Amino acid sequence: MSRDDVPVLTTHDASLRVRGRTLFAGLDLSVDAGELVAVLGPNGSGKTSLFRAILGLERLATGSIELLGEPARRGDRRIGYVPQQRIWPRGMPMLGRDLVMMGRTGARFGIPVAGRADREAVARAIWSVRAESLAHRPVGDLSGGEQQRLRIAQAIVDEPRLLLLDEPLSSLDLRNQGEIVELVDRLRESGTAVLFIAHDVNPILGSVGRIVYLAQGRHRVGTVDEVLTTESLSELYGTRVEVVRIDDATGSGPARVFVAGVPEHGHHHPAQDRDDDEVARLERSA
Amino acid sequence: MNWADVFDYSDYGRILALVSNSVIACAILGIVGGLIGVFVIQRDMAFAVHGISELSFAGAAAALLIGVDVLVGSVVGSLLAAAIIGLLGARARDRNSVVGVLMPFGLGLGILFLALYPGRSANKFGLLTGQIVAVGGGQLWALIGVSAVVFAVLLLIWRPLAFDSLDPDVAASRGVPTRRLSLVFMLLLGLMVAVALQIIGALLVLALLVTPAAAASRVTHSAVMIPVLSMVFGLVSALGGILIAIGSTLPVSPFITTISFVIYLVCRDVGRTRDIRRFRRAAEARTLETA
Repeated sequence: MSRDDVPVLTTHDASLRVRGRTLFAGLDLSVDAGELVAVLGPNGSGKTSLFRAILGLERLATGSIELLGEPARRGDRRIGYVPQQRIWPRGMPMLGRDLVMMGRTGARFGIPVAGRADREAVARAIWSVRAESLAHRPVGDLSGGEQQRLRIAQAIVDEPRLLLLDEPLSSLDLRNQGEIVELVDRLRESGTAVLFIAHDVNPILGSVGRIVYLAQGRHRVGTVDEVLTTESLSELYGTRVEVVRIDDATGSGPARVFVAGVPEHGHHHPAQDRDDDEVARLERSA
Repeated sequence: MNWADVFDYSDYGRILALVSNSVIACAILGIVGGLIGVFVIQRDMAFAVHGISELSFAGAAAALLIGVDVLVGSVVGSLLAAAIIGLLGARARDRNSVVGVLMPFGLGLGILFLALYPGRSANKFGLLTGQIVAVGGGQLWALIGVSAVVFAVLLLIWRPLAFDSLDPDVAASRGVPTRRLSLVFMLLLGLMVAVALQIIGALLVLALLVTPAAAASRVTHSAVMIPVLSMVFGLVSALGGILIAIGSTLPVSPFITTISFVIYLVCRDVGRTRDIRRFRRAAEARTLETA
């Protein structure tokens, strides 16, 4: 069996509970090479926790997650991960290439000397995100978009089969958003499977294959036309939600989708609105 | 006061030979202190270092009182403090309050033990402000041994520790054992504080464990150059300090702290001048683009 026959990522009946709250239950998903799946949903709905489960940082309550047919485990180098962006402040003690090198050698113990293969892999990753001019600049001096390009270079330095991007477009202006989307699309076309958490689906509507929509402890999986409809989202939220689709007037560009009436803070306590990551970290240290 | 009574370099060579142990100890402390300081800065632990050193002082004072080797006492105190801070203060905000609670307690305990100690008061004061010249042969080997262990372990865990310090989310996803690593780092830090206390005193440990790395990160952002420069600055401060001090009747600590402070000031200025120049160049590039 060639490795292209096996889906890159599969989840069977996956359920995740954090602090007694069910984020999703019975999630069945299969992502193939070269496919981009958008993960949507309101704050606190478990998008980041789903990523953490795939990365082996969060234990499922039921079900399983497999990467290329084997159970997913922590530290798998076939997964690249770009976490939700915090902008690095001025004075961060690393240059652009140091950041990318950490993705390559950062988990290795032993005398810290980078080999030739490592240096070449770093140069390749930096080249593929067009960040050659950023390699020798302090990370803290770079703009949000430039930092994000380097983060993606860090995530792809081992040529992963699966790329997890957590809101990679947040805090970027339109031009930078466009550049990142184009870059992700190139990676997808070269065979990488991409899971993309987005606050707004419109910037990636042209390249997205399917959607995982998480809300209220439930989920929907399907194409844009199946999931982003008034009926489907109203049923998911348990309240009337309007989905408006505007087709491009010229007929050349992609349509745009707008969702109105989502109860952002409806069914859980505001205190739980804090970042899933934070909650998980608190639980680990408890 | 007559300065000739304070500084007298006429018998320098002979005195240097007498205190060569202390000179070696200082040089090693400067290098390893500079190296570990890189992570003290990156992990935002300057205050924790100060807290550990006060408990280390309490341990040393207790050792003095009951007649045990002072180094052993300060290592026990340090490790205890490092373990408490490491276990209770994983997050920066918790850590600072844990340190703030521990520090006066340690200092108070130490003062109690010293008050009960019947010996000479110069020994007592030395624990707080430094007593390098008192390093004997056996103690020197202990200092060298502990520093060498810290240096070696630090080198072996360098990349995962840096990854965890700078980019913790991605480090965890890459399988870096973040919790165990930060505990190991706390223990190394505890050992290094105990060693530094013997030479520069509990109150001044920061001058060798924080200042050199802070200075280095003012002039470079490179992950390779920061530790290299920090070790050089630590070595220059500690070695320079003792070489001046042995010709004087003054303790070594003020020389070390002053040299490392001056290095920091110079680095700050160099860094700022360069930043300004870089901004100006960037601004010029932008105006050319729009023109």
